[in-house]
Amino acid sequence: MDRAVQQGDPAIAERRAVAPREREGLLTLPLALFFLLFFLAPLGLLAGISLRVTPQFAGWGPQQYAKFAGDAFNWSVLGQTLLLGVKTVVVTACIGVPLGLLFMEAPRRLQPALLFIIVLPLLTSVVVRTFAWIVILGREGLLNNVLMGLGVVTTPIRLLGTELGLVIALSQIEMPLMLLPLISVMSRLDPNLKDASAALGAGRWRTLFRVTLPLSLPGLVAGCLLVFASSVTAFVSQTIIGGGRMVLMPFYIWQQATTLFNWPFAATLSMVLLVSVLAVVTTLNALGRRTRALAAG
Amino acid sequence: MARRSTGGDISYRLVLGALAGVALLILVVPVLVVLITSFTDSRSLRFPPPALSLRWYRSLFDPVQSAQIHTAVWNSLVIAFSATAIAVTLGTAAALGIAGRRAWWAQTLDGLFMSPLVLPTLAFGLAALMFFSTLGFPLSIPLMILGHVAVIVPFVLRTTIASLSQLDRGLLDTSASLGAGAFYTFRRVTLPIIRPGILAGAFIAFMASLDNVSVSLFLAGPENDVLPIRMWSMLESTLDVRTAAVSGVLIFSTALLVVVMDRIVGLTRRIS
Repeated sequence: MDRAVQQGDPAIAERRAVAPREREGLLTLPLALFFLLFFLAPLGLLAGISLRVTPQFAGWGPQQYAKFAGDAFNWSVLGQTLLLGVKTVVVTACIGVPLGLLFMEAPRRLQPALLFIIVLPLLTSVVVRTFAWIVILGREGLLNNVLMGLGVVTTPIRLLGTELGLVIALSQIEMPLMLLPLISVMSRLDPNLKDASAALGAGRWRTLFRVTLPLSLPGLVAGCLLVFASSVTAFVSQTIIGGGRMVLMPFYIWQQATTLFNWPFAATLSMVLLVSVLAVVTTLNALGRRTRALAAG
Repeated sequence: MARRSTGGDISYRLVLGALAGVALLILVVPVLVVLITSFTDSRSLRFPPPALSLRWYRSLFDPVQSAQIHTAVWNSLVIAFSATAIAVTLGTAAALGIAGRRAWWAQTLDGLFMSPLVLPTLAFGLAALMFFSTLGFPLSIPLMILGHVAVIVPFVLRTTIASLSQLDRGLLDTSASLGAGAFYTFRRVTLPIIRPGILAGAFIAFMASLDNVSVSLFLAGPENDVLPIRMWSMLESTLDVRTAAVSGVLIFSTALLVVVMDRIVGLTRRIS
């Protein structure tokens, strides 16, 4: 879109756009109204309820937030949840980027098959994916069988109910969210750049870190954002693979809201999670814009 | 100038090849494992299964034994179809209004409509529960549909805006100068061109609704149970092996749906 405007005479583009384009703007109204009623209003109410003093909705004040801040347990739950997101992002990026590079270098006729494998997790329900990891990570599971068969370990290692197991599972579950934006940016890169870098004497590592990766950063940042947001809120995987030992924010919120019926505190927890994720997302986004500007300039 | 094949080149191939291999394994193995496990004869989730049988599929399709699951599947399908239909209608209209605009309000709306993708939707699920109960509505399937629309609209919006950005505005001017009205132009020019984008978005949105947990978790009740929540509680409480059979059915039907979608989207691309 930008390119078309830049290439054409701006005056012509402007004139062309006037009459029908103005009216087309009104087409956003129905969805805007829907979001106002069924998205912003509920979130506003959530913020309101988080300011109630007692679970019986008496009084107004920041007591619930004080309660949250006053207990170290709450901070550790929040910290563990955000850390889980970061760890998942790091693992998915470390194996996702090589897979993206492999995809770009693969022969054209193999690319559709690779793409199908990449979106495979998206096509299987999140419960199915979680179920698979129970079978793989369990005491008599595939991974323990393989490790013991190879003689790496002598007794089954415990993976279900641990953070390691959860990160492994989430890295599969969230992989497409990393790879799809990454591949869409990588496929727009000029292949000549890589050849030019090689011709100028750079080795393949140098080309990767100095040319390909910096130019793919917008896609990488977008992927990291989606993976982070999704793994932080992945309730099913967290409760089933993480098990009862790890309390993470989504389970904590759910427990407060539906078993303890403490809506104000559940709302407070939700607001804290919302704001923390928003802060991470905004920071990453700003970083992404900076790198985009760098890549363009 | 010939490029030297250095140690760096070899290590590059080895390291990246190994990591990409791990990624491929992690993507493929779980799906295969589920499929194989679903044919187990055993009551446990041991892998590989000691013997193969169809007993869990038989149990799953038994109308009495699995009545709850069947109701949940039916509810999930009703919700996913309705929510997708609403999301496609509202989303396509909004995409037409937003695509290619630099105005502040278009950017703001775009950010708002896309925000469910990067926000913890679980917080929205709780918010929706509080909102509907405060208004005094009992939890029901229509409310669930409304809740799902908000979180699946971004998928429709994203693919539709992407396909609109490839639309040549000159075509619309030509159509208008030949005397076609705005709606006629939309139906005969714009729609055929952006249809693959809309359909792709609708497909992803449908899958996202079918698979949604974070909103359903709060809005589902005994009266409007949905499949992911039912499966979650089956796994949470007893590690019911029927979940493997449900998984198998889901994998097969999704694969079928993907093939059909590819035919349709590919077909429309050829026509346009």
